[in-house]
Amino acid sequence: MNPLSVVVRTICDVFAWFIGIFGIYIIIHGHLTPGGGFQGGAVVATMMAFLLVSYGGKKTLSFAKTGLLSAMETTGLLVFIGAGLLGITSTLFFNFLAGQGGIFGAAVPIGPNSGVLNSAGTISVMNMAVGLEVIGGLSLIILYMFKGIRLFDNASESGETGHDR
Amino acid sequence: MNWQIHLPALVLAIPLLGAFASPVAGLGGRNVRNGWMIFISITTTAMCLLLLQKVLADGTAVYVMGAENWNLTLPSGLSWPIRIILQVDAFSAFMAVVGSIAALAGAFFSLSFMDKFTGLEKFSALYFLLVTGMLGMQLTGDLFNFFVFLEIASVASFGLIAFWRDRPEAVEASFKYMIVSTLSAMFILIAVGFLYGRYNAVNIAAVARMLHMGYAEKIALVFLVVSLTMKCGTVPMHMWTPDAYAEAPAGVTCLLVGVSQASLYGLFRVCFSLYGASLGSSVIPWTIIVMGVLSMFIGVTMAVIQKEIKRLMAYHSVSQIGYILLALGVGLLALRDPQAMADYGFTAMKGGIFHIINYTMYKGLLFLTAGAVYYAAGSRNLNELGGLASVMPHTTFMFFIAAAAIAGIPPFNGFVSKLLIYQSTFAVYPLLAVVALVTSVLTLASFVKVFQTAFLGPAKKKFANVKEVPGSMLIGMSVLTIVIIALTLFPTWTLSHLVEPAAKALVDQAGYISAVMGGGL
Amino acid sequence: MTGNAPFIIVGVIFFLGLYAILFERNLIKIAIGISLLEASVNLLLIVLGYRSGGSIPIFTLAGEVRRMVLPTPQALTLTAIVIGLATSALLLSLIMLLYRHYGTLDVREIRRLRG
Repeated sequence: MNPLSVVVRTICDVFAWFIGIFGIYIIIHGHLTPGGGFQGGAVVATMMAFLLVSYGGKKTLSFAKTGLLSAMETTGLLVFIGAGLLGITSTLFFNFLAGQGGIFGAAVPIGPNSGVLNSAGTISVMNMAVGLEVIGGLSLIILYMFKGIRLFDNASESGETGHDR
Repeated sequence: MNWQIHLPALVLAIPLLGAFASPVAGLGGRNVRNGWMIFISITTTAMCLLLLQKVLADGTAVYVMGAENWNLTLPSGLSWPIRIILQVDAFSAFMAVVGSIAALAGAFFSLSFMDKFTGLEKFSALYFLLVTGMLGMQLTGDLFNFFVFLEIASVASFGLIAFWRDRPEAVEASFKYMIVSTLSAMFILIAVGFLYGRYNAVNIAAVARMLHMGYAEKIALVFLVVSLTMKCGTVPMHMWTPDAYAEAPAGVTCLLVGVSQASLYGLFRVCFSLYGASLGSSVIPWTIIVMGVLSMFIGVTMAVIQKEIKRLMAYHSVSQIGYILLALGVGLLALRDPQAMADYGFTAMKGGIFHIINYTMYKGLLFLTAGAVYYAAGSRNLNELGGLASVMPHTTFMFFIAAAAIAGIPPFNGFVSKLLIYQSTFAVYPLLAVVALVTSVLTLASFVKVFQTAFLGPAKKKFANVKEVPGSMLIGMSVLTIVIIALTLFPTWTLSHLVEPAAKALVDQAGYISAVMGGGL
Repeated sequence: MTGNAPFIIVGVIFFLGLYAILFERNLIKIAIGISLLEASVNLLLIVLGYRSGGSIPIFTLAGEVRRMVLPTPQALTLTAIVIGLATSALLLSLIMLLYRHYGTLDVREIRRLRG
């Protein structure tokens, strides 16, 4: 895939930030508004597709490190299961942070209100963990699928390397 | 506080942690990764055994995820449960033990079998995701969670079947399985939707308590039965089974056998615990029986003509699933009639449930030995193999045990469960028992053929420098062999201590409901 | 009658998807069929979860008197969408691999496994 024109690249430069910020907003507000870790992560991961289209494969692959994305994925998953296991003094996935004060445990007033951001306890932690995981995972899917397309161009008779059998 | 109350959750959390931490363990190199895989498998199996012991001692266990207390099924006086509830009765715990033993054997086997391939930390992650999905299906008390775990298991198994992605056949098999599996998962979701729309609940016990047969319930039942029989590979939709079982790596096939049992578990959970006595007519029991008979017969006739050793075994597993369906269908037929239940129904259920553990053990072992033959001799084609008994004595011995068990030769465990099935089905309709007997004879014929062509006969020059497979593969196979021999030596103990409580738990719909819903409402 | 319109739409989308899976020959069209099927089932869940007079179950939008529908089906649908995404990604990857191995997207020619 070749880079597109300078107009597209400039617009991408501007809007990629908005996409990222919007995705992170969705992740952080997951317990108050529609959305959450997965949806926000999916929004952020579209940034990768956006960059791939506008800057072309060569440049995107040079700065998008698959190792880093895998690490994000694994970290997210481990934080998720860890937050679940920490609550096991009551039950698995028990929300042990809610109502305890601190940055995750503010009390929620009773009755209709516009929502308190730092109120959800482990739900927020898990949203962020899932968000991290989905950003890593979906970006990896997009990158690997792109690499898969490239493989058609030089598909040789010898098959692929590294997966020998 | 007694930590054993957390067992249902730990059974799921440990393989999940194993899956998520696999990439980290993979950084530590080969030994750390293998050690992690073995550690998680053994811990999971131990947890399942402890869970079975606890359930047999204390009765049905419930576990409410994320609540203040593990037994808070109806928080703040609500009349239906709202949280994710795990519900483990004797049947669930039994199935979990069966599945986790298959997973343990598959994990040991895979260590050496997969050693020369790359991407093993992903293999290990997918493997444990598949284990989580399977155990989750067996332990959950919630219809929607059943769907989620089913999809976790399905997605992991697509990846594992296509793990040798440079083999066109493997990718094709995975694609085929994926179409069937996604279709059946969507059917389950439709059924869940219908039941939710009717009763505002997705908990099995809560729905079962309120259930009255109407159009919505009938539609949901049909969708559930169709999709779950599709997933466990009975005859009208069996074509994915031989492909997927034959093309997956052998250790994974062993686990896939356990996973197909989880779908079977879902089918019987739906029929017995969700619908139970309100099933009304005998249409569904007879459908299950007819499907079972067709699977038995068509599976075995297709198996006899196969040339490839794993494909042959895969067709046998279609036929063996038929036995279980037949037995539990007969049990379902007798459900509303206490007299019939005492006469033949309960015997059939005992036979069917005993056959589940027998089938998983010997079929897993057969797939592992087929993998071992492939690993050592490099061929799966029966026309090429021959004379392996002299160079692979341990594998030959274990193949012999498994083949004798699946053919139902008298002292072995397969004979006991098949005898129970013959006895009880004869009381319903003699022809059923006749078909089951004929199937058994054909199974024997087919495995005599495999044994004769692959293991006996003069040693071929081509296989002169074939060696016995490495130690970890032998350990994996001996795990299952030991279980088969134990079941062979102590059938009465197994029947009275493991199978009968499971059968009782399956029949006891009121007990299943009251474990979650209490006496109230 | 208008109350039944969502169900009719669900049915139409469902059968379109089923038709594509059963009768289409192109692998990509089969993948589209599966996505349609998933969409129709998600729609069905949402529609079945509606109770007349209810409003959307969003915490910050709760009014004084309006009653919200129970958010269970919405949660179920979100889960199903996530699972559907995983399935679609894997499906498309497998289609890419199949194309690489067989050089075609026609299901009639992708049948090395038979009998």
